Amino acid sequence: MEELRMVRLLDADGGAVEDDRYPMPPPEVLVDAYRALVRGKRLNEQASALVRQGRLAVYPSSRGQEACQVTAAAVLRPGDWLFPTYRDTVAVVERGVDPVEVLTLLRGDWHCGYDPSRHRVAPQATPLATQLLHAVGAAHAATLRGEDTVVLALCGDGATSEGDFHEALNFAAVFAAPVVFLVQNNKYAISVPLARQSVAPSLAHKGIGYGMPGVLVDGNDTAALTAVLGEAVTRAAGGGGPTLVEADTYRIDAHTNADDASRYRTDDEVAAWARRDPLVRLRAYLRGLAVLDDEREAEFTAAAEADAARLRAALADDRPPEPAELFAHVRATPTPQLAAQAASLRAELAAERRQPEEER
Amino acid sequence: MAAPVRSTADQPTSSVQNLTIGKALNLGLRAAMEADDKVLVLGEDVGKLGGVFRITDGLQKDFGEQRVLDTPLAESGIIGTAVGLAVRGFRPVCEIQFEGFIFPGFDQISSQLAKLHYRTQGGIKVPVVIRVPYGGGIGAVEHHSESPESLFAHIAGLKVVSCANPVDAYWMIQQAIRCDDPVLFFEPKRLYHSGALKAPVDTAAEPDPLFASRTVRQGSTATLVAYGPSVKVCLDAATAAAEDDLSLEVIDLRTLSPLDLEPVFESVRRTGRLITVSEAPSESSITSEIAARVQQECFYSLESPVLRVTGFDTPYPPSKLEEHYLPDLDRVLHAVDRALAW
Ligand SMILES: Cc1ncc(C[n+]2csc(CCOP(=O)(O)OP(=O)(O)O)c2C)c(N)n1
Ligand SMILES: [Mg+2]
Repeated sequence: MEELRMVRLLDADGGAVEDDRYPMPPPEVLVDAYRALVRGKRLNEQASALVRQGRLAVYPSSRGQEACQVTAAAVLRPGDWLFPTYRDTVAVVERGVDPVEVLTLLRGDWHCGYDPSRHRVAPQATPLATQLLHAVGAAHAATLRGEDTVVLALCGDGATSEGDFHEALNFAAVFAAPVVFLVQNNKYAISVPLARQSVAPSLAHKGIGYGMPGVLVDGNDTAALTAVLGEAVTRAAGGGGPTLVEADTYRIDAHTNADDASRYRTDDEVAAWARRDPLVRLRAYLRGLAVLDDEREAEFTAAAEADAARLRAALADDRPPEPAELFAHVRATPTPQLAAQAASLRAELAAERRQPEEER
Repeated sequence: MAAPVRSTADQPTSSVQNLTIGKALNLGLRAAMEADDKVLVLGEDVGKLGGVFRITDGLQKDFGEQRVLDTPLAESGIIGTAVGLAVRGFRPVCEIQFEGFIFPGFDQISSQLAKLHYRTQGGIKVPVVIRVPYGGGIGAVEHHSESPESLFAHIAGLKVVSCANPVDAYWMIQQAIRCDDPVLFFEPKRLYHSGALKAPVDTAAEPDPLFASRTVRQGSTATLVAYGPSVKVCLDAATAAAEDDLSLEVIDLRTLSPLDLEPVFESVRRTGRLITVSEAPSESSITSEIAARVQQECFYSLESPVLRVTGFDTPYPPSKLEEHYLPDLDRVLHAVDRALAW
């Protein structure tokens, strides 16, 4: 089988690389992407710290994958939709959703803390690959409604093994749906390495099998991602149908804070990928162009710090959600059974309030 | 297939070990693999990692990658290939990572695994075990805390069991693997590593039969019936009630399909009152089935209606609300009070 030539516009040291297929994005776009990377990295660190402090139940970090995260949001126009997973907090935030609202899920306050329709961001999916079919449906809806909306759906390398992934690709291709699939191949599904998911020459090949372009891109190269995803979105918007993009990247942190990655990978492997940090690369390139100076960088860092501080403050207030919320939204129309169950919980809580703690 | 590798790890000098449920399951799996080289373990992260709960810890190291397979990430794939392996003489033990992720495999379970024996008039046996960590109270995000066992108990052709203590964990998993029918094996995940539940497990003992319920505490005032994680809740409630001179009988169902309700009928005929306890929503559930059968068999013995203490008929809530959702000791005792005040 023929190998796909990976799209790369910046090497690991930030040097520009020629690629006859994709032009280098303009500097101002990449400076803004750098701002987003700084913010995304800080958010990953802050959220991980909040787990250690007991403010968040869990955090699946996208450390090392920030280029994929911020670009997935940046290439979308206001009317487009994003279909993210549990790992895509940074992408959702970059799309414009308040981090406090995004982290509602991982804080255990509610299953989705933002308004999907307002932000055009679907709830973060935990059951793997399920969101990809929804993305295809949403994209086909745009076709039926005569809108030029594009849908970008995210998933991991492991999720490409689920049946839903394959059904989504096939439906998208048959419907010529305006959808872009971005697979963040971070090399692991918890402990299971890529070799156990697929022996295809690349995951991008799977798109080709379903009759759509499959593009393999350096997932730590923000410039290449911007070019590749930008082109895919433009093509989808123009009626050109779906694209599968595989981003070659790496999950620097453990799967979540609950995972012990030392059981299945070496520090050397992690260190080698850490040297390919997307921030280092883009910064070197922009510094070389003299479009990023100390002042701009300080500005980005300060903004990221301010975000982090706001997040800390918001999560320090840990009032529990209202017990009545348990029953409020099960169905569009409340049922008598649930009203009775809600009443029984209210009575129970009222009785507890009447009884001092030690008597219980 | 490669010759089975005998484990040399942890050879105890006595046959009695003090184990958690998690460790008992691990040793039970190990014993089953040693006894029969056709036993395979497959699932997500079951190899090097030993599963996210470490239930298969060390098995790949000791039995090799042929017998402990990290599969591609696909539940339908895991269960469907297990069916094929079973058809050709293997005894696959599938691990589903969390109960909320069994559903991509639901079609394979309900339309294939459950029906193959029937369709072939007994010509094909499918001795597949599907291990499912289930239940709440672990502070997790959605899809990690549910109790879907009733869905499977509703499917003819499957057997469904749940263990509630280390001794049963050790023996029931081995018995399930030896069973010629497909078995859904529900494991109370929040109790996996509970030190409080640690118990001496005699690996040389004669185990109770798999498809039998068991009275785990005798009493005369009312009967509590539970399974899996709710057994502990009921035992704690019975202990608390004893201080008020209430004598509660507790029955651990152990088998959810087929149900073994004779011990329940016998108990209810003595106590006249029954409370069933489960974390699952109550509508159309195992607890409903018990209520229906008990009123049929014990109608003239009942002194109050059968009461159910269960999760609400809502999706499993976010973790900060789960304490309100899960049946606890107070709710069980409140139900006992209601039954007694009838
Ligand atoms: C249907 C389903 N099965 C299993 C899981 C449990 N699980 C959560 S994340 C994960 C690994 C996913 O790997 P990948 O798709 O590569 O995404 P990554 O976590 O690396 O971003 C697994 C097995 C799940 N969430 N959904
Ligand atoms: Mg991955």
